[in-house]
Amino acid sequence: MAVITYREALNQALREEMDRDDRVFLIGEEVGVYDGAYKVSKGLLEDFGEWRVRDTPIAEHGFSGMGVGAAMVGLRPVVEIMTWNFAHLAFDQIVNHAAKLYGMSGGQFNIPVVFRGPGGAALQLGAQHSQAPEQWYANVPGLKVCSPATPADAKGLLKSAIRDDDPVVFVEGERLYNMKGEVPDGDHLTPIGVAAVARPGSDVTIVTYSKMVQTSLAAAETLASEDGIDVEVIDLRTIRPLDVDMVLDSVRKTNRAVVVEEATPFAAVGAQVVDDIQREAFDFLDAPIARVAGLDVPMPYARNLEKLVFPQPQFVVEAVRHVCYRDRPAVV
Amino acid sequence: MATKVVMAQLSPTMEEGKLIEWKLAEGDAVQPGDILAEIETDKANMDVEAMGGGVLRAILVTAGTTAPVGTLIGVIADPDENIDALLTEARAEAVASGGGASGASAPTQPAAPAPPAPASAVIPEPAPTAAQPAAAPPVAAPRSTDGDGRLRASPVARRMAEQSGIALAGIPGSGPAGRIVKRDVEAALRTAPAAQAAARALPESTGTAVSAPAATAPSGGPRLVEAVIEHSQMRKTIARRLVESIGPVPHFFLTTEIDMGRALDMRAELNAGLEQGKVGVNDLLLKAVAEALVRHPEVNASWEDQAIRRHGRVDLGMAVALEDGLITPVLRNADRKGLEAISVESRDLIERARSRKLLPEEYMGATFTISNLGMFEIDEFTAVINPPEAAILAVGRTEERVVVVEGQMEVRKRMRVTMSCDHRVIDGAVGARFLETFKAMLENPLVMVL
Repeated sequence: MAVITYREALNQALREEMDRDDRVFLIGEEVGVYDGAYKVSKGLLEDFGEWRVRDTPIAEHGFSGMGVGAAMVGLRPVVEIMTWNFAHLAFDQIVNHAAKLYGMSGGQFNIPVVFRGPGGAALQLGAQHSQAPEQWYANVPGLKVCSPATPADAKGLLKSAIRDDDPVVFVEGERLYNMKGEVPDGDHLTPIGVAAVARPGSDVTIVTYSKMVQTSLAAAETLASEDGIDVEVIDLRTIRPLDVDMVLDSVRKTNRAVVVEEATPFAAVGAQVVDDIQREAFDFLDAPIARVAGLDVPMPYARNLEKLVFPQPQFVVEAVRHVCYRDRPAVV
Repeated sequence: MATKVVMAQLSPTMEEGKLIEWKLAEGDAVQPGDILAEIETDKANMDVEAMGGGVLRAILVTAGTTAPVGTLIGVIADPDENIDALLTEARAEAVASGGGASGASAPTQPAAPAPPAPASAVIPEPAPTAAQPAAAPPVAAPRSTDGDGRLRASPVARRMAEQSGIALAGIPGSGPAGRIVKRDVEAALRTAPAAQAAARALPESTGTAVSAPAATAPSGGPRLVEAVIEHSQMRKTIARRLVESIGPVPHFFLTTEIDMGRALDMRAELNAGLEQGKVGVNDLLLKAVAEALVRHPEVNASWEDQAIRRHGRVDLGMAVALEDGLITPVLRNADRKGLEAISVESRDLIERARSRKLLPEEYMGATFTISNLGMFEIDEFTAVINPPEAAILAVGRTEERVVVVEGQMEVRKRMRVTMSCDHRVIDGAVGARFLETFKAMLENPLVMVL
């Protein structure tokens, strides 16, 4: 098993799927000559040529629509959104066309398109460039939403997304691109809609995804050493369809849950998870489910304020202590 | 901050409680943990402990009065603290509920201080207030009820308590607002046998308030005096429970007579070698029932809405008569105990039942009950099933009777027993086979000590 970066894993997925299926092509801003704004498409233009790797004008609505149209006629486009903050311009193509055409055509058109790019806050990019978009797209029937947390899942999920016959919104973690990890050799696929246990534990379940998996694992280490609390971390991997069964199995075992996400809290993925747990595992709960999310404000630019808005491991530690009835008195 | 003293729900079946006595008077200083009052529940008398300190500013329910669970019965506050709002609210509710002074249901808890603003993006449940120590809470009288009388417990705590047959009401809650959480039930399960008896002995004079028309009857007058005996909490519970039983539970009865000669001989032989912990007839009966239940699990069962539950344990209830009622302490896992252990444990339970020192978990959750009125010279009788058990065995006295043995008249020690069965669970032949085994056990008692 090779240790590679999340960025390289995505590149491998694209390259392998383009090799495997000549209907697969990549389109977007600076994906070709520039090797991609984040170098995810490095070397692809050279190897596959400009018919398969297509640079476009700065026009998200236009090239996303090209992707939907190409999918309608049988190709399998991968549309790179430079960051998901720019996809608002393409929202109509993704939500009103990609997600709707299968049903509205009476099943005549599958739309096997992948919209992919980085999401979430990086560092001091301001309110407009720091958004985690999973929950917005997860609200749309007809879309699948993936958000991998590791290099292995970045590769395995992207390959599954490209092979999927439905439109997939694929949100990469901008801060995860340099993360290294083991990736299985060969044709590695991660199934869509299946969560993973990132860390087994017995006392409390953390449900999370994307880079909050790292935040939660760090919190779990602190809790193990300082409090003796054994945390299980569930990495959702796919937001829609949500792997509710794995979450419920874990909560039935631990009796306590904390849902951690980077995005703003209102009507968020975490709210959905809480709803599933309270309905399906009510009799197993020992405490109200806690949530850790970004604060409900536009992301501030100032570094000190950004750190308060963006979930830190310590916030997760405190939430876990709370659901375990192990709060510590505030240190003054 | 003022601390409310409420009529706590001290057992799962308790709906109201009678204030026996206030241990402190209005104006007395109070420390957290002080005994404030004694309350008669439907099963036992229990102390009310102070949850906060200060001065007992107000007594709202006087001694001798009955009040529903959740009623505000007193207020602890600082000497100069304004408690008018609390008192007004309590009185308003008393008027609204039409219950007079004793009918008040407590107002909602005074607002706790706002939790400190979270310095993080955590979306909090209200944090525990300063009054909730983060460390292990003192073992105190249950306090997990809010003013509305609702027992606060997490869903999984409720589920664990139900599955293990332990009374939530007897468990101190360590969560926010006294919520009973998983660790509290786990602790209770660990310490249940060793727990300090929370109940206090009932003073002899209480329980019956006799209003006699005259202290002494004139000579030559009637020899009886008319008396109105107020329902004790226990009497109310007995009445309610038995009506619940004889109404919906279709009883039928099976009687048999058992030759006790060999069992009594064996008991005499066993006891000859014992200094203490001597085996009683009752212990033999408990042992025989336990063994018979193991062989007939269909009798050790309960009727539920969707199914018949066969219990994986033999927990025997023993009906114990009290001055003003009865209680059934439970001998746990009787099938796994020898005669000596049964003797020691049942004696302890019966003694503490008579002095009203049983914990709720010690008189709940039996799977089968024995009621013995032999000591009252009763030949035989029928008993009323205690749901959700499916049967109860009524035992009469053992006496010498003439019986015909192989054509000859002989004098034998005989005992009659009658089993009441819930016909939904136990059919006639099933009950009969159980009694046949029970009888064979006692007539060949060495089988029991195998």
